[in-house]
Amino acid sequence: MPHQIKRGVSLYSFQEELFLGQMTIEDCFAFAASIGATGVEVLPEQNMPGFPHISDADVAWWKDTAAKHGVELTCYDMFLDTKVRKDRPMTDEEQVESILRDLRLCNRLGIRNMRILVFVRPDILEKCVPYAEELDVHMGVEVHAPWHMEHAWILRTVEVADRLGTGHLGLLPDMGIFNKHYPPVWRDRFIRQGARPEVADFIVQQHEEKIMAEYTIYEVAVKMQGNKAEIGMAEMLRHTPYSNPKRIKDYIPYFRHIQAKFYEVDENLVDPSIAYGEVIPALIEGGWNGYLSSEYEGNRWIQDVQAVDSREQVRRQHLMFERLLAQAEGAN
Amino acid sequence: MFDKYLIVDDSLRNLPDGSGFAFEARLGYYRGLGLSMVEELAVTVDGEDIDRAAVRFHDGDDALTMDDMEIAYDRRWEFGAKATISVVRPGGLAQGEHTLDLREKLRISYLPFPSFNSDSKTLSVR
Repeated sequence: MPHQIKRGVSLYSFQEELFLGQMTIEDCFAFAASIGATGVEVLPEQNMPGFPHISDADVAWWKDTAAKHGVELTCYDMFLDTKVRKDRPMTDEEQVESILRDLRLCNRLGIRNMRILVFVRPDILEKCVPYAEELDVHMGVEVHAPWHMEHAWILRTVEVADRLGTGHLGLLPDMGIFNKHYPPVWRDRFIRQGARPEVADFIVQQHEEKIMAEYTIYEVAVKMQGNKAEIGMAEMLRHTPYSNPKRIKDYIPYFRHIQAKFYEVDENLVDPSIAYGEVIPALIEGGWNGYLSSEYEGNRWIQDVQAVDSREQVRRQHLMFERLLAQAEGAN
Repeated sequence: MFDKYLIVDDSLRNLPDGSGFAFEARLGYYRGLGLSMVEELAVTVDGEDIDRAAVRFHDGDDALTMDDMEIAYDRRWEFGAKATISVVRPGGLAQGEHTLDLREKLRISYLPFPSFNSDSKTLSVR
């Protein structure tokens, strides 16, 4: 049976080039189209200067530019500045108002998915559900490492969605939760910062054996008298969960969009850390018909020593997706 | 993140009125941020820590002190945008090269701890 998974790109992927003014938004649309992606995910607080005051002319520009390049706007990444004031946290009412501001702009842009930061409280989201329903925007709580699909905090959102029987609140998984192997670009950066190669190898091996992070951190920090880079490298293990790819299909009813996080795809079109080879067959088996939206996050790990080429990385990831999708389809 | 890009190359200059010096800088974050969440712009020149009260932030016409920034709820430092940071220092800096350090402390709501980003560059006063 042919799969129905769509390939998209998040503007997050081009943060290096956008930050440095080496690419424009329109360049990103054109590039996405050039690799056969049909969707673009946006971060208004990154990509729309003047936020939150976005004019109708600006909104029209985004829609027209997407249409011009034959792509659709797939997802709106919101933020919530609960600590906007130094003297007190935002009240619940202010939080709802901030989310409503984003829901309205999302709706104006014609986008039906919103990525909700994982730290937003489920009871706050519950208060936003009537607005999300009215504006027809699905609020997907980002399942981001070190959380995972069955973390108790994530299950609270599932519980609220079930109780309300709403189709406008759910999850939005970030594939960083399937971090099967320690990312080589992380290891290399810690070595440049002073980690001894033998200690780095030990940490990588501990992750291969799926040993609980706390054991490795203690080994490195106390028993091996690790230096700052080595302890930092070990502490990153807290953020590299490898959750069970087979479980993702159970949660498909709760999500409408997927952030395809990656740190590197090598020249052989293999992601050395995230288990896409296991996730994609599980998604096809579960009948997933939404987007895999590329989220390249390797730039921050290599920018200290080399020029970043986000386009090449995204291009490779999409070639990898095509291969894995075809393979999984053939196996079904 | 973006640490090596925080201080803009070739941007160090003395202020024309002799009241101090200035340079261009970017925010070390992957989106724009409200100014009230920029907790600290710690500047060091040639190893000497600059007093917080002497630092100013300019993103347009008016200069903000660090205290002003704390309550600037309706203004943002946009993603990738260059802003001017100036330092009150009568006479400015001597001609020649100076080592400039900048440390940005940001209050990011979803992080349990502040985000620190820092850069160090040796620039010539122009």
